[in-house]
Amino acid sequence: MFRHRFLIICLVLLGVFLLNTVADAQKSMTVQVQEGQLRATPSHFGKITAKIFYGDGVTVLEEKGDWKRVSVADGKGQGWLHGSALTSKRTILKAGRSQAGTSVSQDEIALAGKGFSEEVEKEYRKSNANLDYAWINRMETIRISPRQMENFIEDGRLVLRGEGGRP
Amino acid sequence: MILMMLAVMIGCAAMEQATTVATVVGEATGTISRQQGESIRRSTKAVAKSLEDFTPEQEYYIGRTVGAVVLTKYRPLNDDRANTYLNTMGQTLARVSDMPELFAGYHFLVLDSDDINAFATPGGHVFITRGLIRCCRTEDELAAVVAHEIGHIQLKHGMSAIKKARRTEALSVLVREGAKSFGTNEIAQLSDAFGGVITDITNTMINNGYSRSYEYQADAAALSIMKRLNYNPHALIDMLGVMAKQIKPGGTDFAKTHPSPQKRIAALKNNVQSAGETETPDVRKSRFTKAMGHLL
Repeated sequence: MFRHRFLIICLVLLGVFLLNTVADAQKSMTVQVQEGQLRATPSHFGKITAKIFYGDGVTVLEEKGDWKRVSVADGKGQGWLHGSALTSKRTILKAGRSQAGTSVSQDEIALAGKGFSEEVEKEYRKSNANLDYAWINRMETIRISPRQMENFIEDGRLVLRGEGGRP
Repeated sequence: MILMMLAVMIGCAAMEQATTVATVVGEATGTISRQQGESIRRSTKAVAKSLEDFTPEQEYYIGRTVGAVVLTKYRPLNDDRANTYLNTMGQTLARVSDMPELFAGYHFLVLDSDDINAFATPGGHVFITRGLIRCCRTEDELAAVVAHEIGHIQLKHGMSAIKKARRTEALSVLVREGAKSFGTNEIAQLSDAFGGVITDITNTMINNGYSRSYEYQADAAALSIMKRLNYNPHALIDMLGVMAKQIKPGGTDFAKTHPSPQKRIAALKNNVQSAGETETPDVRKSRFTKAMGHLL
């Protein structure tokens, strides 16, 4: 009787393992940048096809070097983005964001909204009044457009030999 | 036994999920009690969580405060021309690094100081002093300085300065069971842990310096970033040559926190070809002078 049960457990576990392997092949990943752009080509200078946000779930359709072509889980669109904008960890998901296409427990969602956040920074600043964040905020507003970067490369006779590791 | 086999088969990442499945099956078939199953699930979850790193969002908030600490020591240079040029170059270099995407991107700022110094926070804030800009005679040499700092970020050197005990302390507050919404007490605890993390990073970054090997790694990363944009990699050696003449022994800047320029040059020599082949074009020299000339 015990052997019989043991065999059933083994078979079920093997089945689960194989199912997991199949699921992995589809590669669900999560966006880990505050705001990102999906592009028509695997390049930071490609045309923008859609915007994605921290915690969005995506499905990887194709890979080219460090670039991945993904579709956004809620059907908002598809396009290329650099792999460093994605993670396979699920716990970074943020409460209140779209969770479509991923299955996470309430614990994971709750955890993700916590940690060192704006709220903790605010608390920390109360006891460290000497810290000045005005210039930190100001430097974060400096934006350089892809067009400005392209001009910088072209005008300076630089050459884009490869982006983000491998071309 | 089954759990051990599974752990080996599918690795640690799936451990929690496998344990959950195994305990559910175990309960259903009566080989383990429901209570035992619950206990296994809980402890595995705790272990899995404690192994996790800080999220990119947390790195960003750590970076903001590390930057604010840097700005208590150095005054920012309110110079749009210099800062726009630095950001255009820096963000272009970041695009070709191994980590082009950060939570809130890369941002660069000139510091108004004669010290030879630079800092890069885990949140992508990069600071470079006038003193260090004065070690650069061309755009390519400044690109070498900026690429070195991006190297520190992509290699996560700032985060690795956090002491292990501190990491465990911080993460244990974060993963406390049932903490669905944090009250005032938890926020205060998190703020303490946050303060500890900031101290670890700023002590290393500003006062003691990273290990020498980290600096050589950042130099190597700088070379590969520069090559991807066709900058002259030899400019890093040229810049270090100028720095060797300008650095003041006993200073609290790079003189204290970095290997000597001579040692860095020696480490780079084997990886960089002679300068002749890829001279800095005049057009780059002139736009560098236009944007930075008044600071030199």
